[in-house]
Amino acid sequence: MTEMSTVPWLTITGLIPLVGALVVAFVPGTVENAKRLALGFSVLALVVGIVAATQYDPSSTKQFQLGEQVSWIPQFGVSYSLGVDGLALVLILMSLVLTPVCLLAAWHDVPEEAGPQGGRRTKAYFALLLVLETFMVGVFAATDVFLFYVFFEAMLIPVYFLIGRFGGPRRQYAAMKFLLFSLAGGLIMLVAVIALYLQGPGGTDGFLIEKLTGLSIDPTTERLLFVGFFLAFAVKAPMVPFHTWLPDAATESTPATATLLVGVLDKVGTFGMIRFCLQLFPEASKWATPVVIALAVISVLYGALLAIGQTDMMRLISFTSISHFGFIVLGIFAFTSTGGAGSSLYMLNHGFSTAALFLFAAMLVHRRGSKRIPDFGGWQRVTPGLAGIFLVAGLSGLALPGLSSFISEFLVLVGSFPTQPVAAVVGATGSILAALYILLMYKRMMTGPKPDGLAGVRDLSLREKVVAAPILATFLVLGFFPNIALHVINPAVDKSLSYVHTDSAVTPAAEGSTK
Amino acid sequence: MHTGMGSLAHTVGTYAAGLAAHEGEAHAATGFTAYAWLLVALPLAGATMLLLGGRRTDKFGPVVATALSWAAFVVGAIIFVEMLGRGADSRAQNVTLYEWVTAGTFKLSAGMLVDQLSMVFVLLVTFVGSLIHVYSLGYMEHDPDKRRFFAYLNLFVGAMLLLVLANSYLLLYVGWEGVGLASYLLIGFWNWNPAYATAANKAFVVNRVGDFGLTVALMLMFFHFGAVDFQTVLGKSAALTGANQGFMTAMGLMLLLGACGKSAQFPLQSWLGDAMAGPTPVSALIHAATMVTAGVYLIVRSAPIFEAAPTAQLVVVIVGAITLLFGAIVGCAKDDIKKALAASTMSQIGYMMLAAGLGPVGYAFAIFHLLTHGFFKAGMFLGAGSVMHGMNDKVDMRRFGGLSGAMKITWATFGLGWLAILGVPPFSGYWSKDKIIEAAFIGEGWRPWVFGGAALIGAGITAFYMSRLFFMTFHGKKRWDADDHPHESPRIMTVPMIVLAVGSAFLGLILSWNDMFVSWLEPVTGAEPEGAHPVVPVPLLLTLTLLLVAGGVFLAWMRYWRDDVPVTAPAGSLVTQAARKDLYQDQVNEALLMRPGIHLTRSLVFADSKGVDGAVGGLAALVGGTSSRLRKLQNGFARSYALTMLAGVVAILGALWVIS
Repeated sequence: MTEMSTVPWLTITGLIPLVGALVVAFVPGTVENAKRLALGFSVLALVVGIVAATQYDPSSTKQFQLGEQVSWIPQFGVSYSLGVDGLALVLILMSLVLTPVCLLAAWHDVPEEAGPQGGRRTKAYFALLLVLETFMVGVFAATDVFLFYVFFEAMLIPVYFLIGRFGGPRRQYAAMKFLLFSLAGGLIMLVAVIALYLQGPGGTDGFLIEKLTGLSIDPTTERLLFVGFFLAFAVKAPMVPFHTWLPDAATESTPATATLLVGVLDKVGTFGMIRFCLQLFPEASKWATPVVIALAVISVLYGALLAIGQTDMMRLISFTSISHFGFIVLGIFAFTSTGGAGSSLYMLNHGFSTAALFLFAAMLVHRRGSKRIPDFGGWQRVTPGLAGIFLVAGLSGLALPGLSSFISEFLVLVGSFPTQPVAAVVGATGSILAALYILLMYKRMMTGPKPDGLAGVRDLSLREKVVAAPILATFLVLGFFPNIALHVINPAVDKSLSYVHTDSAVTPAAEGSTK
Repeated sequence: MHTGMGSLAHTVGTYAAGLAAHEGEAHAATGFTAYAWLLVALPLAGATMLLLGGRRTDKFGPVVATALSWAAFVVGAIIFVEMLGRGADSRAQNVTLYEWVTAGTFKLSAGMLVDQLSMVFVLLVTFVGSLIHVYSLGYMEHDPDKRRFFAYLNLFVGAMLLLVLANSYLLLYVGWEGVGLASYLLIGFWNWNPAYATAANKAFVVNRVGDFGLTVALMLMFFHFGAVDFQTVLGKSAALTGANQGFMTAMGLMLLLGACGKSAQFPLQSWLGDAMAGPTPVSALIHAATMVTAGVYLIVRSAPIFEAAPTAQLVVVIVGAITLLFGAIVGCAKDDIKKALAASTMSQIGYMMLAAGLGPVGYAFAIFHLLTHGFFKAGMFLGAGSVMHGMNDKVDMRRFGGLSGAMKITWATFGLGWLAILGVPPFSGYWSKDKIIEAAFIGEGWRPWVFGGAALIGAGITAFYMSRLFFMTFHGKKRWDADDHPHESPRIMTVPMIVLAVGSAFLGLILSWNDMFVSWLEPVTGAEPEGAHPVVPVPLLLTLTLLLVAGGVFLAWMRYWRDDVPVTAPAGSLVTQAARKDLYQDQVNEALLMRPGIHLTRSLVFADSKGVDGAVGGLAALVGGTSSRLRKLQNGFARSYALTMLAGVVAILGALWVIS
């Protein structure tokens, strides 16, 4: 099931940022050098990650590749076991691209302080972001259920400090709320993880995913286990009604943290649904489908409607994400290969889309000193370039055809329709609401007469252009050549769906009507 | 070795190699037709260069954009000549570009269908589009954002060509929303005016409502046919014999919803009048000649679907009939020259829609009218722009009058457009519109009487409001302000107007020679059924139409040329008041959709912060062992509790590590 790799690519990729974090935090030097070092380490991780990706073979029949396995706690069946399928690989690459982009965008996030201790906060901030990168690689690469759980919880530590120490005025509250929600979800999952192990064959590597796949579990137990995992993922994803931590966390944290939190960390939720809920508890997944689909559609509409009503940019963007996560979950639980591929691609595209919205919005916030939408107006005439890229980010958010997000949203909808027609049609109205929340925001912030007293405000700097370029390029490249990602994703989706035993190769009516 | 990077190389590789040709009516492209993608690429390259090039391209950018638009026309013309050289059966060619989306059972390659129908659009869009580029060089000369304007124009041309050349509904969708984006950007081009910004948003959002229909249609197609390319969907639709009526009707109605949004047809018509906020060349190109007719293209292209869904077809006709009267009535009451023309556009597209819903008797004439309308309406819009240019950007026709002397070329070119839209023989509109009226009278039972009647009455009203517009602007007494010094526009603007006027005069006559146009389209739209005759004899119908038109002109002559036109509009009858307010379309939308929507949003925002969040927060506070709520979270027990839990997890892990 796992193709072992002679070189521990995933470990190396994951360790680079951790080493970087230690160097940045503890080696003396100027702040500027520390930032450059941090950026350097994250770029190095990206390069190694790309090299690792070239070793990946989409046509392999093994579920996981680039595998590594070392016994960790044999008494308890825990192994340090890594490996990736197409989805995990794509998400890891996304994390590796987004981290340097975020670091560069975060250059001036922490105000400079005078005195000998001055740079420590900045260094700590960059170091924490790098630590987070390590955990992001780990959580997607773990092929041992317990190891996954460890990374799943360990991610909370850097994020807690990133929000609580470097965020806005209500950061303490937001950080605590985030932690409470995540821990609540996580602890329920911990119980389920241990209970799952007891259902499995045991042994020194009893926590490996492959050992826990295809167990014959008593239906009630399976359902309970499913619920344990699903709740943790639903909080993380986040789905309505477990979403209320997200807008607070996103608006109170720095833009770089918000990007990684919403763009990458939240994906662990939907990633987990595919990897664990569908693969380990296929029958229970089918059992829970009506409720999950209903929650997904509610999330689509609820998130979109609430986004329309927001006056804080960052809150607005986080509500759009709640809507988008609804689409992702809809595609996953449609149990069709097209829907699953659409959701997987959606996870990737949403990462870049959200990064664009958060980071470009932050450029505006930085200039205006406010996150409130009504504090803007007429900015297209103040910073035309920034207004332009912000509009493109918004268009990606509303899934404009031609941009990458459209392909994934479309695939989710056409893929969901055969099994969930009502949900797909109702969900499709979300795209009308998306036009409203994006264009109303743009209108309020960018159009209207040129405001006075902003003579000193400059348009995009070179650093900001470098931040924007890779994100915008991704929109177009994946919009016109989505197969670059889909070729890698498709086999992973087929594999996951094979566990739920839905024959998605046939669209029922097509066969019935035309032959 | 198959690797991740390898798969990327593979994708790019197939881009160059192309896929195996589809079987069936459309042949794989040969000769220059294989370069049809240049039609899309050239204008898009221009848009990219102007937008990314920034201020550096300010000087030469507009000229380059214009040149690229003409280059696209040349490419189109070469392909057209090539197509003429082939027999009617082998004119349709398929240009497969590359494997676009492969996801599970969904497989689609990007490609273009170059056939008789798309070629009509290619020539119309590139020719009229390029003329309007030239005109804009003069019209927008002093605008500081001229470069951005030309970038958007190029974006529009590229997207519109993608729309008409796409060989699948999904790629069509990309062009479809691409032109919508260009329209949004250009309506809001002067968005420092908040009303214009609102108009832009309105256009986009209303179109999104239509696009919801398109999305659902795509879902139905994929579900039903397992594909969304024209070849499969239309081929399988044509092969259906009476089965799956419900499905086909739903598909047709959803496509119609999309068409209604883009083509400003009832009930999604409300955005078009406000769209006149855009600079006038935009109104001419996008909101008259090309983009707004895309809905008609969609229906005609999807003919086999509608043939299999008679109910949906009937709804198309009804929508067309309602809209043609709606627009005509509104057009009678508007004093803003551009809004009057916009209402007229809506009404004329109503004619096309009606024809498209009639089936094979109407398809070719829908497209024919679309073509002639593209010339005469674009010409009249450019004429209106020329009037505004000479009258300090005024649009109120009550402040015009007697301009024929001051602006001879504008008057003459506009006059030819006026004769064309009236349907006076031998001008262009006569050859296309009269045929639609005739076709509307074909059929059995109540339908020919109702739809034919609507088309006939519409022709009379059209004559009235267009003559009203023409007379109020160019004839009668001068009602200018003291500081108005009307003058003819520079040659760079008048030459495109003259070219379009020539088209308005003769295009219909030329293309009707030997039924040239209709037989050109026949391989796509199907032959006109034999023995289909209007329920009223054709000569009688023709006489009736011309009498009604003459009546409309006479009425307008009395009220708006012979009599004095008051500079402030009189109160008017109830009908006039309603027409001035666009038959209360905005009020209806506000009452039914906007206000309930705002209330829903507000109450949800309130409920989310007070209800959902409050409940969860209260629970959290309870867990923390304190009843004084969230404030305590920041430094209270909950925090230490949570941190303890986290520490506990870490400790357990550590302990397990040590044990091992």
